[in-house]
Amino acid sequence: MKTSYILKNGRVIDPSRGIDRKMDIGVREGKIVSPSKIKDADVIDLKGLVVAPGFIDMHVHLRQPGKTDSETVRTGTRAAAAGGFTKVVAMPNTSPPTDNPGTIELVKRIAKDEAVVKVLLCGCISKNQEGKEMTGIGSLKKAGVVALTDDGKCVQNHELMRHVLEYSKSFGLPILDHCEDEKLGSGGMMHEGTWSVLLGLRGIPAASEEIVVARDIILAEMIDWKIHFQHISTSGSVRMIKDARKRGVKVTAEVTPHHIALTDEEIKHFDTNYKMNPPLRSEEHRRSLIEGLKDGTITVIATDHAPHTETEKLVEFDYAPFGIVGLETAVPVCMTELYHKKHLTLSKLISKFTVGPAEILGLKTGLAEGSVADITIIDPSLKHKIDASSFFTKSRNTPFDGCEVRGKAMATIVAGNIVYSCIAGIPGIVAHR
Amino acid sequence: MQKQDRTLLFDEKKIAGAIDKVAKAICSDFDKSELSEIAFLGIQLKGLPIARRIVDSIRKSSGLEIPLGKLDISMYRDDIGMRKTLPQIHETDIPFDINNRTIVLVDDVLHTGRTIRAALDAMTDYGRPAMIKLAVLVDRGMREFPIQADYVGLLHHVSGKDHVSVSWKELEGRDAVYLSQKK
Amino acid sequence: MTRWTKKDLLALYDLSAEEIQLILDTALEFKKVSERRVKKVPALRGKTVVNFFVEPSTRTRASFELAEQRLSADIVNMSASTSSLSKGETLLDTAKNIEALQVDLIVMRHSAAGAHKMLAKNLRCGVINAGDGAHEHPTQALLDMFTIIQKKGKLEGLKVAIVGDILHSRVARSNIWGLIKLGAKVTIGGPATLVPKEFRKIGVRVCDNLKDTIEDADVVNLLRIQHERQRESFFPSVNEYANIFGLNRETIKYLKPDALVMHPGPINRGVEVEASIADGPQSVILEQVTNGLAVRMAVLYLVAGCLEK
Repeated sequence: MKTSYILKNGRVIDPSRGIDRKMDIGVREGKIVSPSKIKDADVIDLKGLVVAPGFIDMHVHLRQPGKTDSETVRTGTRAAAAGGFTKVVAMPNTSPPTDNPGTIELVKRIAKDEAVVKVLLCGCISKNQEGKEMTGIGSLKKAGVVALTDDGKCVQNHELMRHVLEYSKSFGLPILDHCEDEKLGSGGMMHEGTWSVLLGLRGIPAASEEIVVARDIILAEMIDWKIHFQHISTSGSVRMIKDARKRGVKVTAEVTPHHIALTDEEIKHFDTNYKMNPPLRSEEHRRSLIEGLKDGTITVIATDHAPHTETEKLVEFDYAPFGIVGLETAVPVCMTELYHKKHLTLSKLISKFTVGPAEILGLKTGLAEGSVADITIIDPSLKHKIDASSFFTKSRNTPFDGCEVRGKAMATIVAGNIVYSCIAGIPGIVAHR
Repeated sequence: MQKQDRTLLFDEKKIAGAIDKVAKAICSDFDKSELSEIAFLGIQLKGLPIARRIVDSIRKSSGLEIPLGKLDISMYRDDIGMRKTLPQIHETDIPFDINNRTIVLVDDVLHTGRTIRAALDAMTDYGRPAMIKLAVLVDRGMREFPIQADYVGLLHHVSGKDHVSVSWKELEGRDAVYLSQKK
Repeated sequence: MTRWTKKDLLALYDLSAEEIQLILDTALEFKKVSERRVKKVPALRGKTVVNFFVEPSTRTRASFELAEQRLSADIVNMSASTSSLSKGETLLDTAKNIEALQVDLIVMRHSAAGAHKMLAKNLRCGVINAGDGAHEHPTQALLDMFTIIQKKGKLEGLKVAIVGDILHSRVARSNIWGLIKLGAKVTIGGPATLVPKEFRKIGVRVCDNLKDTIEDADVVNLLRIQHERQRESFFPSVNEYANIFGLNRETIKYLKPDALVMHPGPINRGVEVEASIADGPQSVILEQVTNGLAVRMAVLYLVAGCLEK
């Protein structure tokens, strides 16, 4: 394993410092240093490739403990590395959920042994994610969580949400909220719209998300604390968040690659790999989400990587679990849909994977000298076909299998270690067989 | 089947003569009182025009109005699910009681005998005729079932690789019997 | 000339106008079979059909069963409770086990929309949809269309009104696709909570009151209203529904005197339709049932003819 080397001839894009130019970067003992300070260093030629700060996926389900048939910390972080991510934020809806310091400790220990990228943890908002009682937020903070969320569920009790917000503010923990009114669209399988009506599948109206987004904005303003909206999917949410941010309310939002790339029409063949929550919405909503990314309303792209086994997914549409894997398709899908379709510049797109999440979670990002060498190297234009059978994740539930895409993560460096690489001659810790 | 691959076996004139021959033979086999009890049943689709012409011919010579029905044998085929697609079902219309009647079953070409086997099965589901006779325009040989026609207009035995087809004025615009190679 | 080339019948959405017409034409001859002394043909002799009713049904299942018997098929009946589904087996596993018994056709009813699509994709044997959730019920729509043609001589240009719980109705969806494809004009009406406006996008007229829905209709198809929808707050009470959206002595005045009254059954007498109207001269409800047999025979016959060897 190389401990010091120079990344040469790459196009360095570091949105945290507004840098986008050809330059060389030195790495020594896990840190970024000036190339001139490394003597007799190995040189890695990155001509034609982009060198970016390590990508952060702040919405990942690693399924451990409890659902290790679909994913583990080991396989999930390998998938993250192969997708270009140096840090992932694991959601707490494991079994048992990470609603107490003990479970956090367990996952941290597993991560220490198994993970190949950095795993950051979230604590639950409510005990057992039941939406009834607040978790020990102070103890969770001590145990090292970076945020609180009941992802997969949504606290319906407005008073509890208000108290959680007030209390978590004291500990500096942001709330990540999965916004969904449980009654509106209960039993829903897909976006409520033309296609749900034509297919006879129960719909989840946009209002189900928007009502809670509105509530959260009101509470965030009232308490003056941070709420981050997870996987926003509707134009109404984008509109309200844009307005709230303009007024200085501490709200931020993320969108998933699949909500950017796909619409509800895909469900007409009843393929359960298009079933996720929030559901794929109509074209009008999809366009609003892209607008939200362009105008800065949405600062984060996160995958909502949700592995499920084939057995779980190969059932009636009604009975299939929500969610798809996303770690290994995020970069190609976003490059294809946002960069190559000229919605975002490379720098802006990279910021959604770096500066955006780092700001919310209080993490460091960037390639300045002295920083930890978390680096993502991408080929922004490489044409290839997504092949689910080659994934590192344990699961194969993706609607993108077989899609022709442009753009790929070529190497992932975590604290100076080349964890993943598909650049010829440069071995990574994890590799395709 | 491509048109240029087929050769004419019998023309309009030969066909008319053959039908006339069949009609005369039927008239001579039955006396007038028996003839008035006979009914004809043409097998859909190509057996219908010849059945109609025989009936017309008998009417002209004897003045008798012989009832004519249509029989579709699709539901009685023995090869359902063995071909790529099914032939379309055509109308079955039997406007008379077939019980205790003499029925003359009519088809265009007699080949394997399977169609006639199916037709006999179908008829028994409609009743119990006193007697069934079979009349065909062409007997082309190569039987697979022990079935023979009582009245044959044209006898022309060909090999299993050959295909004999009839075109009718009513359906294709021209009366003709063709020979072609099976593909 | 159209030929049938599909091993499954899943949804009328999937079919061309010509394919739908072919089924209806074929059904005409099968209707005659049921009127004969011997009501049986050997068309499906040696074929095995499994009637797999994951969601309970009496009339559709009886109709399919009789249709299969009249085609001389061998029949096995299975329901959710008699299958391993109740023991936790997945639908696909259950279906593959059925197929392993050298079955030729599976006729399935299921409460989940699209369940048939998954089976058809993963099985060699033919799959016929006898109703999937709120998605489609193709044979019901075919028999409705067949009945209309028998009574009115045609479908093209006719105005057909469908009244009631469109939102949850597979019968409505199949009818809408089939009728539109064969050139009829479709209006849907009922409580606004149960009549999705989105159907306008495919050329359906959408009303929220009975008068506008039915007043110039040539055919009125009344859908069964389910009491559980009241609990889900879709409408206030069955009583109110009967008064405002039901076809009764008061509201039948809106209807043209020669309009047909149809109902897929089972009827809630006095709710969707008053008893005297259900039994009255405009009603063709029992003819629908009779025609269902012919339509199902036609579908079974056509699909069986396309099975892989």
